[in-house]
Amino acid sequence: MTPADTLRFATRAATGYPLRTALMILAMSIGVAAVVVLTALGDGARRYVVNEFSALGSNLIIVLPGRSETGGLGLGSLFTSTPRDLTVRDAAALLRAPDVQRITPLTLGNSEIAYGGRLREVLVLGTSADYLGIRGYRMALGRFLPREDLERASSVAVLGATLRDELFGIEPAVGRMIRIGDRRLRVIGVLEKSGQGLGMNTDELVVVPVATAQAMFNTNTLFRVMVEARSRDALASAQRQVEDIMRTRRDGELDITVITQDAVLGTFDRILGALTFAVAGIAAISLAVAGILVMNVMLVAVTQRTAEIGLLKALGATGRNIRLAFLMEAALLSLAGALVGFALGHLGAWGLRLAFPVLPAWPPDWAVYAGLGTAIVTGVLFGVMPARRAARLDPVQALAKR
Amino acid sequence: MAQIELSGIERVFKLGDSEVHALHAVTVAIEAGEYVAVMGPSGSGKSTLLNLLGLLDRPNGGTYRLEGRDVTTLTADEQAEVRRNRIGFVFQSFHLVPRLTAAENIALPLMLAGVPPAERGPRVAEALKNFGLDTRADHRPDELSGGQRQRVAIARATIMRPAMILADEPTGNLDRATGQDVTALLESLNASGVTLIVVTHDPVMGGRARRRLMMEDGALVADLHADAASTA
Repeated sequence: MTPADTLRFATRAATGYPLRTALMILAMSIGVAAVVVLTALGDGARRYVVNEFSALGSNLIIVLPGRSETGGLGLGSLFTSTPRDLTVRDAAALLRAPDVQRITPLTLGNSEIAYGGRLREVLVLGTSADYLGIRGYRMALGRFLPREDLERASSVAVLGATLRDELFGIEPAVGRMIRIGDRRLRVIGVLEKSGQGLGMNTDELVVVPVATAQAMFNTNTLFRVMVEARSRDALASAQRQVEDIMRTRRDGELDITVITQDAVLGTFDRILGALTFAVAGIAAISLAVAGILVMNVMLVAVTQRTAEIGLLKALGATGRNIRLAFLMEAALLSLAGALVGFALGHLGAWGLRLAFPVLPAWPPDWAVYAGLGTAIVTGVLFGVMPARRAARLDPVQALAKR
Repeated sequence: MAQIELSGIERVFKLGDSEVHALHAVTVAIEAGEYVAVMGPSGSGKSTLLNLLGLLDRPNGGTYRLEGRDVTTLTADEQAEVRRNRIGFVFQSFHLVPRLTAAENIALPLMLAGVPPAERGPRVAEALKNFGLDTRADHRPDELSGGQRQRVAIARATIMRPAMILADEPTGNLDRATGQDVTALLESLNASGVTLIVVTHDPVMGGRARRRLMMEDGALVADLHADAASTA
């Protein structure tokens, strides 16, 4: 029996029982469609988050005081266990690194802001002129902090959009004097409304020069330093240079933590990637169920066609002929189901994208191939047992059956 | 050397604890081109004998030599090859594949033998014409009459040009007139040189055979020749 004949015979057998074949294809296609749609959802979520992060500027390095890792017993750790302050001088020194484009120090604290008779709690951010450019914010009115020495405590402030509305209402804000804690500052600008950024709401923030904030909160240490590398490619070398400079400034002990935006992004990427895998795994269960269904259907087919198998044997079919014919039929059913499921899955993903335009719900390639592959492999594997049973049938008994 | 030589064939079926001797010490030789009817009451072992002759079943004892070759020791696949090339089966209930057309049913043995489609077409067309089925080529078995179905089955049995045709009650499911047509068809094949072995209840059909093997309780009780000339 030539392969083409086996294929034709199996096709005729599959189309000879349309209802059974349709149900089988439906079951298999639901499994494949589930894999495609669910991974599209998972991967869409992953891509959405990654895109959001990239929008923040991906060549950022963040320097925090303290070391989260446990190092060996160094000379430094013998003398001190508390990390040294991360100071404005440290921040300024980082500008010497060749791959660093600009830096901005950050100090945070809570205080009270007052204008006219109005008073409210406010988050005070002490930073420098480059903060605006590094975070990609824009001014609604006036100007941002002046470019000046980082240790100069100018009495100026920039307000978040919501804060401005609450304090000034319809009055103009720029040029007015406000009070933060016990200091009087002049409002020089208002930030454009930007909504909820990751972690803090800039609309309810008041931004002051870093030295002003440090004086206000009576501290020398910085909350963190944001460093912008010259390019994405220079990120790794910039990180190394930052670590070298800090180590030199701290007598060889690196008591700061340097993280890149990439590392944060990578973490999210991994978490959501794992989630996609998990979802794919759950969907794969339905494929296994469909595989068992293929076996069930093929076993019924063997029973139904016992007389036919006996006849084929009488006509000179070998066990191999019969095994191949039944295996081919199982493979065809699985393949058809996989293809229909593939189409259904893409239709579903398309529907998702239509319903949630922000979500790039495209199924990842690996999931599509794994789904199709698993469908066909389970179909064939579960087809082996019925095919062997068919091939082993005793022709006399098989023929006797109607 | 005879075409078929059976000697001391035993066939025992186990039904629970008891053993049933379906065939006991059957020894017979059949020459090429003979026309043999196997007759006897139900349960006398006629069909078991036919299955053994067709290599669908294996004896528990004795030897079966087909064309000089001991076929009882062949593997299942080797037996399948012998069936494919040397033996044609005709069954009482036709045994056509319901989803295939008449032409496709006739082509089945060619397909199993791996004959390329280009060669199959003309051979099937010729068979359809010889058996008066040209207009029925694309009909499925359920669209054919009983006689047509059995003609399709006979066409299928002869498409590989076998050395012998084994027919198990070929007219059992047909009315008298159609049965006679089918019998005449089988006899014309025999006249062209094919060995014809028919299992039948029907004394009329049995009477037409030149040789009758009478069976009872798994044993051959009589071997009757219609004319002395063809004694083996």
